[in-house]
Amino acid sequence: MSDWWNPDTARPFLDVRDLRVRFTTDDGVVKSVDGLTCSLERGRTLGIVGESGSGKSVSSLAVMGLHRTATNASVSGEIWLDGEELVSADDEHVRRLRGKKMAMIFQDPLSAMHPYYTVGDQIIEAYRIHHQVTRRVARKHAVEMLGRVGIPRPNSRVDDYPHQFSGGMRQRAMIAMALSCDPELLIADEPTTALDVTVQAQILDLIRDLQREFGSAVVIITHDLGVVAELADDVLVMYAGRCVERGSAEAIFRSPAHPYTWGLLGSMPRLDRERSERLLPIRGTPPSLINVPGGCAFHPRCGYADLTGGASASEVPRLTEDQARHWVACHLGAGQRSRIWHDEIEPNL
Amino acid sequence: MAAFVVRRLLGAILMLFIVSIATFAIFFLVPRLGGATADDLASRYVGKSAGAAQIHQMAEKLGFTDPLPVQYGHFVTGLVAGTDYSTGPTTVHCPAPCFGYSFITQNPVLPDLLDRLPVTLSLAAGGATIWLVFGVATGVLSALRKGTVFDRAAMGVALAGVSLPIFFTGLLSLSIFSYTLGVAAPGNSYTPITENPLLWAYDLILPWFTLAFLYAAGYARLTRAGMLETMNEDFIRTARAKGLPERTVVVKHGLRAALTPIVTIFGLDLGLLLGGAVLTESTYSLPGLGKYAVDAIVNNDLPKVLGVTLIAAFFIVFANLIVDLLYAVIDPRVRVA
Amino acid sequence: MTRRCGIRPRAVLAVAVAAALTIGLCACGARNGSGGGSAAFNAGVGKVYNPSEAKGGTLRMANNGDWDSLDPADTYYAYTWNFARLYGRSLVMFAPAPGADGAKLVPDLATGLGVSSDDAKIWTYKLRGGVKFEDGTPVTSKDVKYAVERSLDKDTFPNGPTYFNDFLDLRGYTSPYHDPTPDKLGLTAIETPDDSTIVFHLLKSFSGFDYFAQLPATIPVPRAKDTGTKYKEHVVSTGPYKFATNELGKSFTLVRNDQWDPKTDPNRKALPDEIDMALNVNADDIDNRLISGDLDVDVVGAGVGPAAQGRILGDQAMKANADSALVARTWYTAINGDVAPLGDVHCRRAVEYATDKVGYQNAYGGPTGGDIATNLLPPVIPGAEKFNPYPAGGDNHGDLAKARDELRQCGQPSGFSTTISYRAERPKEKATAEALQQSLARVGINLTIKPFPTGDYAKLYAGKPDYAKNNGLGLMVYGWGADWPDGFGFLSQIVDSRVIRASGGNTNLGVKDPAVDELVDKAVTTADAAGREKIWVDVDKKVMDDAYILPGIWAKGLLYRPKDLTNVFVSDGFQMYDYLALGVKK
Repeated sequence: MSDWWNPDTARPFLDVRDLRVRFTTDDGVVKSVDGLTCSLERGRTLGIVGESGSGKSVSSLAVMGLHRTATNASVSGEIWLDGEELVSADDEHVRRLRGKKMAMIFQDPLSAMHPYYTVGDQIIEAYRIHHQVTRRVARKHAVEMLGRVGIPRPNSRVDDYPHQFSGGMRQRAMIAMALSCDPELLIADEPTTALDVTVQAQILDLIRDLQREFGSAVVIITHDLGVVAELADDVLVMYAGRCVERGSAEAIFRSPAHPYTWGLLGSMPRLDRERSERLLPIRGTPPSLINVPGGCAFHPRCGYADLTGGASASEVPRLTEDQARHWVACHLGAGQRSRIWHDEIEPNL
Repeated sequence: MAAFVVRRLLGAILMLFIVSIATFAIFFLVPRLGGATADDLASRYVGKSAGAAQIHQMAEKLGFTDPLPVQYGHFVTGLVAGTDYSTGPTTVHCPAPCFGYSFITQNPVLPDLLDRLPVTLSLAAGGATIWLVFGVATGVLSALRKGTVFDRAAMGVALAGVSLPIFFTGLLSLSIFSYTLGVAAPGNSYTPITENPLLWAYDLILPWFTLAFLYAAGYARLTRAGMLETMNEDFIRTARAKGLPERTVVVKHGLRAALTPIVTIFGLDLGLLLGGAVLTESTYSLPGLGKYAVDAIVNNDLPKVLGVTLIAAFFIVFANLIVDLLYAVIDPRVRVA
Repeated sequence: MTRRCGIRPRAVLAVAVAAALTIGLCACGARNGSGGGSAAFNAGVGKVYNPSEAKGGTLRMANNGDWDSLDPADTYYAYTWNFARLYGRSLVMFAPAPGADGAKLVPDLATGLGVSSDDAKIWTYKLRGGVKFEDGTPVTSKDVKYAVERSLDKDTFPNGPTYFNDFLDLRGYTSPYHDPTPDKLGLTAIETPDDSTIVFHLLKSFSGFDYFAQLPATIPVPRAKDTGTKYKEHVVSTGPYKFATNELGKSFTLVRNDQWDPKTDPNRKALPDEIDMALNVNADDIDNRLISGDLDVDVVGAGVGPAAQGRILGDQAMKANADSALVARTWYTAINGDVAPLGDVHCRRAVEYATDKVGYQNAYGGPTGGDIATNLLPPVIPGAEKFNPYPAGGDNHGDLAKARDELRQCGQPSGFSTTISYRAERPKEKATAEALQQSLARVGINLTIKPFPTGDYAKLYAGKPDYAKNNGLGLMVYGWGADWPDGFGFLSQIVDSRVIRASGGNTNLGVKDPAVDELVDKAVTTADAAGREKIWVDVDKKVMDDAYILPGIWAKGLLYRPKDLTNVFVSDGFQMYDYLALGVKK
């Protein structure tokens, strides 16, 4: 296991430092990402989890440089990809990296693919921006990619339009498009949310297989801890634009240290329980990102905030290495948290 | 697809048939229901001092004394088989499709229509090109620069464009560009393109821009709204994520999707215009179908009105058909379904 | 010719914006009568403005509508008759002279005015020698006869006047197109004893036959070239100009006719080399082009529109290029004796007295629209007299005391209610109806205002006696212009009760007085012109005494004369510029 969390070693393949993304709106400034730091090596998979609005998609779009066209967004901090800093790079340079060095798979493949162009055309387009080849060659490549992601009869399906594909096929096509230029970083934003359960499993298998084949670094964004358990080597839990816990997937699932992570685990559907008893939703609603609660952003919803002696409402908890390679931002003491997890939470899951 | 086209063509013919009956009824049935006699109708087509006998003679000559279905039958017969009419000393044959001959000038209508069609075509084609280019370009730029000075200025001008009547903008531009600055042709100028293409364009430049100003404004607003919507679509984000240059993203992905409603409106607008750009032609005194229709209506000249109505209806129905077919070309989802 | 006025381009832009709020379409003050110091308001009324003998150039004319027909047999407008003299010669014509002289008839094709028999039933004209058609064929009296014959065919030529149909002793003759005689000259009412003599036989005495002889219907037509309804596409010229191009409904061009011999023609100057006519041109555009100098003449001659009128009168320099011409037209309101209680002359007189004449004038745009009319005959008609049987008080706002007195006499002391009709598409008539509604309400006469479609006003509504009576149209806003400036030309169609047809289409909206009819008969048989004029004044007085007509205003038209136009004057014959005389500076 590489030391992806250790800044002292040589710079990791993807290294995000103190990333902040803000949107100016009529209602005020939305702090979507507020000081995110993380890193990832080639060949490994990072799962980012959190509720909607926690900043996971926004931070991945920031890595892709996709906030640059939005006039109301401001991105600061550092994003290093393979030794290059991207936040300060010029638009044209980042554009050339997009699709080639880093690629992205989006949540809803029906709306994410252009309805007026064939699947093949869209893959060909993606390929030809970055490769000086004829249309014919690009088309051959597109057929090949569709074959590799498991589309039957790719030779004829290449001329179909997105609406002629089933949901799962569309996501496969989307993946084929994203992988068409052999990206070294693949970001998958909720790749299975819009799909039914059996197709979900197929897609996750596909991503895992392709990652093995291409050796890419993969970021998988989801609110579904099941997907993370399936794919991720490492896990980052986000809440209100900040990282609240990170560590290896094993550590996070075996001994989660943040009350919010407990909540996520509690609300995770499990196949061995009845629906009525297995969901323990987190109380309250995600906070407004315009007026983020002071102190620990989670404290208004946290069942243990009163155990911190008021610190949770006044002080932002620092991300500290709680156990080896397991970082958490919480005012509760490590022992306290360990006791709560083992005594109160785990037995009820 | 073929069945669709055939079905639509049959529908179009039926529609033209209904339009002709409706126009006929407005001119003949409605006055009859209001108590007007054949002589009352004929009295419109005689001189100021005509007596009752002369009026009655005219009623018979124009066929008003026949029952309405017979009159309509004569019209359709002329359309299908042609008809004969008297010029006084001789009888002339008006070959099919004969739209009849004017109650006032006693000239056959079809040659008039064919004579005036190129004017309207020239006006509509030039105006449409200009408004499409300017309207869509302005709309796209406005959408991309939403909220900037450019956007506000462009939308302000567009609002003026849709609000100002053509006879106002037309007379104003004539006054400024033609009569004061002397850089454009005066009203009532038209040269056929076959005669001198440059002069054709010079003569039509003001009408084109006047017409285009009205429509471009609407298209700019429509394009802007469409672009604002599509540029927020997921597939635009995908296009950017692929690393496409912004120009490609805007034009190939954004505009292409925003264009569908514009194509629809454009088809219908153009169809409507081909039946005669009434206000523009009147303001600039261009001898097109629209001016022809206005003059015919003022004079109660039914065969002319009927002829120009049928042509206009034909263009509108035809434009609808084209738009429907174009839909399938533009949007593959329609094609399969 | 200069089109520019001294305005910087930036200022033009400013004007463009400012004009969006005001009507100021670049009011170019720079353009004044630089063509000689004689430019002044009404410089073309009663005298010649810019007199010239210089030939050449192109006279550019435009028409906001279209000719009813260029065929001389089929046309019935003052301007078309004025213009027809350029390409055709009738037996006699209105003299091309300024002022009252222009209302006098002079011989054209004929060598003199008509010579009548004692009973004014037979009229004889001698033709000048040497007059030719444009193809060089000499004109004979048979060509004139043929022309009049074909004008009788109202199936083929429905637009022209019916004077010949009504007055010639036709004996069943209908049309040369149905004429069995080989030369198609079977009409016995017209004799051509030789090629230079033509004799008209009338059904009844008519002393004003020379006015008929000036109708375009007497312009000769060669039978070989007569194509009936299609003749208007190429009328064969006998005048100084012939048709070079003719696109019906769009434009036509006249060029010099080399077969026209000025020695045979004492009346025509024929100054321009060419005359261009644009048809169906936007009326406002015509006004703007006149003012900018891009156009020479608005051929309809009715004057500029209200927008241009405001500009011209508001600018001294422009006003100096304008003429306010009194026309032979009276805007009036008919008082319908068929509708109770207006059957009583006192009730009608109450209406006359109660009317606010200034309000009536304002409805037509104030003094520029015309002068307040106190009787029926317009003063521009030779021999007309102004008299005022119903003085409207010192301030012309109506004499309410007299009106109430008349109401008492007709047994309606507190007033009555009736309906007033007007032509819907005419805003001035609407304003008239509203003004009358206000002024009559002052004495308790309450009016309900009812508009009718303009095109069918005379044919189906106001001009159809049954309709008007059954629908209680007590007052009917109307107006009448003379076919030619003469008592008969103005009055015969609006006061003679015998022209009223039950079938509708009447222009006499209800003057029914046997005494008037008798006077009309007396006038048409009086050979002496001065005596005739006197009788027409009597007709006017009788109609006014009957109070069947409430005179509103004597109309005026504001004509604009671009400075490059020469030899400009208003003809009393047509009450517009005389088109025979006009020339242009090259």
